[in-house]
Amino acid sequence: MSLAISIEDLSFGYKDQQRKNFSHLHLHIQKGERFGIFGPNGAGKTTLMNIMTGLLEYESGSVKLLGHEVKNNKKNITKLFGFVPQDFSFYHELSPAENMEFFGAWAGLNKKQIQRKITELLTVLGLEDVRNKPVQKFSGGMKRRINLAIAVMNEPQVLFMDEPTVGVDVQTRNAIIEYLKELNKKGTTLVYTSHQLSEAEQLCERIALIDEGKIVANDTLINLYKEHQQDGLEKLFLELTGKEFRD
Amino acid sequence: MFKLKATILKDIRILLRDKIGLVIMFAMPILLAIVITSVQNSTFELVNENKIPLLVYNKDKGETGKELITALQKIGIFELHQLSGEYSEKDIAEKMHNKDALVAIVVPGDYSAEVLRKAKNVTREALKKLDIGTDSMLIKSSAETPLTLYYHPVLQQSFRNSIDGAIKSSLQLIQSKFIVKNLYQEVNEEAIPDSLETQILSNQTPINEIPVSKDGSRTIPTASQHNVPAWTIFAMFFIVISLGSSIVREKQSGSFTRLRTLPTSFAVALLSKQITYLLVTLMQAIVIFSIGIWLFPKMGLPALNLPADKAALLLVTLICGWCATSFAICIGVFAQTQEQANGIGAVSIVLLAAIGGLLVPSFAMPSSFRYIMQLSPLHWCLEAFYGLFLEGGKLRDILLNILPLLAITILLQLLAVYGLKRKNLI
Repeated sequence: MSLAISIEDLSFGYKDQQRKNFSHLHLHIQKGERFGIFGPNGAGKTTLMNIMTGLLEYESGSVKLLGHEVKNNKKNITKLFGFVPQDFSFYHELSPAENMEFFGAWAGLNKKQIQRKITELLTVLGLEDVRNKPVQKFSGGMKRRINLAIAVMNEPQVLFMDEPTVGVDVQTRNAIIEYLKELNKKGTTLVYTSHQLSEAEQLCERIALIDEGKIVANDTLINLYKEHQQDGLEKLFLELTGKEFRD
Repeated sequence: MFKLKATILKDIRILLRDKIGLVIMFAMPILLAIVITSVQNSTFELVNENKIPLLVYNKDKGETGKELITALQKIGIFELHQLSGEYSEKDIAEKMHNKDALVAIVVPGDYSAEVLRKAKNVTREALKKLDIGTDSMLIKSSAETPLTLYYHPVLQQSFRNSIDGAIKSSLQLIQSKFIVKNLYQEVNEEAIPDSLETQILSNQTPINEIPVSKDGSRTIPTASQHNVPAWTIFAMFFIVISLGSSIVREKQSGSFTRLRTLPTSFAVALLSKQITYLLVTLMQAIVIFSIGIWLFPKMGLPALNLPADKAALLLVTLICGWCATSFAICIGVFAQTQEQANGIGAVSIVLLAAIGGLLVPSFAMPSSFRYIMQLSPLHWCLEAFYGLFLEGGKLRDILLNILPLLAITILLQLLAVYGLKRKNLI
């Protein structure tokens, strides 16, 4: 199986900070995998995602997305992936359809493709009834689904998701996870971060646990449970990252 | 092109849903233009057509006091209300208040005697060397009582100076009349004929007032010609409230960040904002100019006359709009919050308008400000508009105003790009 993401010897630190966020980090994610990145607050999950999507520039090492070095191919790689940011990164004054029209155009789709995708995605994500209503008054769960719908409009080969289910109810979480599994069956590689450890058990085939810029575990859940003699991800998480507050 | 169209459509949709922003961009400057033009027009009318109520308390029982009153009446700018009886200073203040008079004049009881005394003294001095007339001594005055002028504190210095000048000219006229009368009497030993007296005193050189214009037209500038272009510029720059906060919202929501993960250049987003808001500024100009042309006359205000060079007007409007858009983008890029964008944006526009000559005419500013005003883009916009609206200039006449405006616009654009790069947004 070929690699969707290959990170070799990555070092990164924010300009205004002395401390390096990552030092000599290695990580491989296979094509078609459902991969979860977990860790306590401030562990570097969002930073790592921003590096993989080209939003942050790394100093040394190599980060490849589907064989393309991210640093040198920023514009080319944007066609290959979708990104669900942690924030509701769309226009609240617009309706879901209007938002998708705009972001669809920016993703390189034509008018016909955009209209097809709007109908398809809003139906799947249960937003068809509100397709023309301004997002402003929507619930958090509805906004999360719009955030996701925008990111998958261009049928990405790799989908990065930064806490895509934070603050949503059980029904919405379930709907999102089911949709992501469907997407994965069609070949999309899923890379996601979350605090919801139960989600990892539902969705992820393999996880990486990050703490203080280092990968402290990287394997399938079954192997990790066996290795650390734990029966749940929460216990495993506490064993590997400790019980101290991190923020 | 499809991406640009989609982005412009998105920006227009957001703009149309920003009701408060629309009110600030259209209703506020329209109101300002109407109110300021009305106020300034009534000031013009006050000087040129309406009369200033003037209370006159004449303590003088002689003929000269009456002649002074007649002279004041003849000036034509005063509506005289004469007081009879005994009045104290407090009474006069109260009367001014009751009659809504801004000015009151008290003619002292010895005014006639004093005018006559001065006339006789001047006559004697003048005829001494010619050896005509009597050898009598100069008549000395006991302390002369001055005329007293009361004015309402609301009256501005410049207005007071005009009133002062008008009264002084009446006093001078009366004094001259008596000197001429006396001189004639002494030389000819008979009273001056009425016809000659009138001829001597009213034979002033007429003044022909001509506004200087570049196209040779003789159109007199009105309050509308002054105010409509000025408040149109103000309106254009006030898009900072809508555009500045829209950019901050996009930064805060992460929309800008998301755009960076899509295969489209961020230049499309910037271009779209500029096209959308350039259209807004153009609409503002069309709306405010139309109000000046068609609504003002219906409200009793002078109609706005568009300049002859319409192409130059369109070009200046577009460049002013582009500069206003660039300024708003710059504020939006550097502001951290919407409150900052609104506060800094609004205050900076008022300041730039003040130093740019929109609130106080540039010729009335202290010389130290003449250099500072050149930093204000609103100053160059105003100069370019005035070149067309007031001076009847053509494009070549205002090129020197357009070039600095373009330079400021490009500088603002570069600053915005620098700010976006610094914040890792592009």
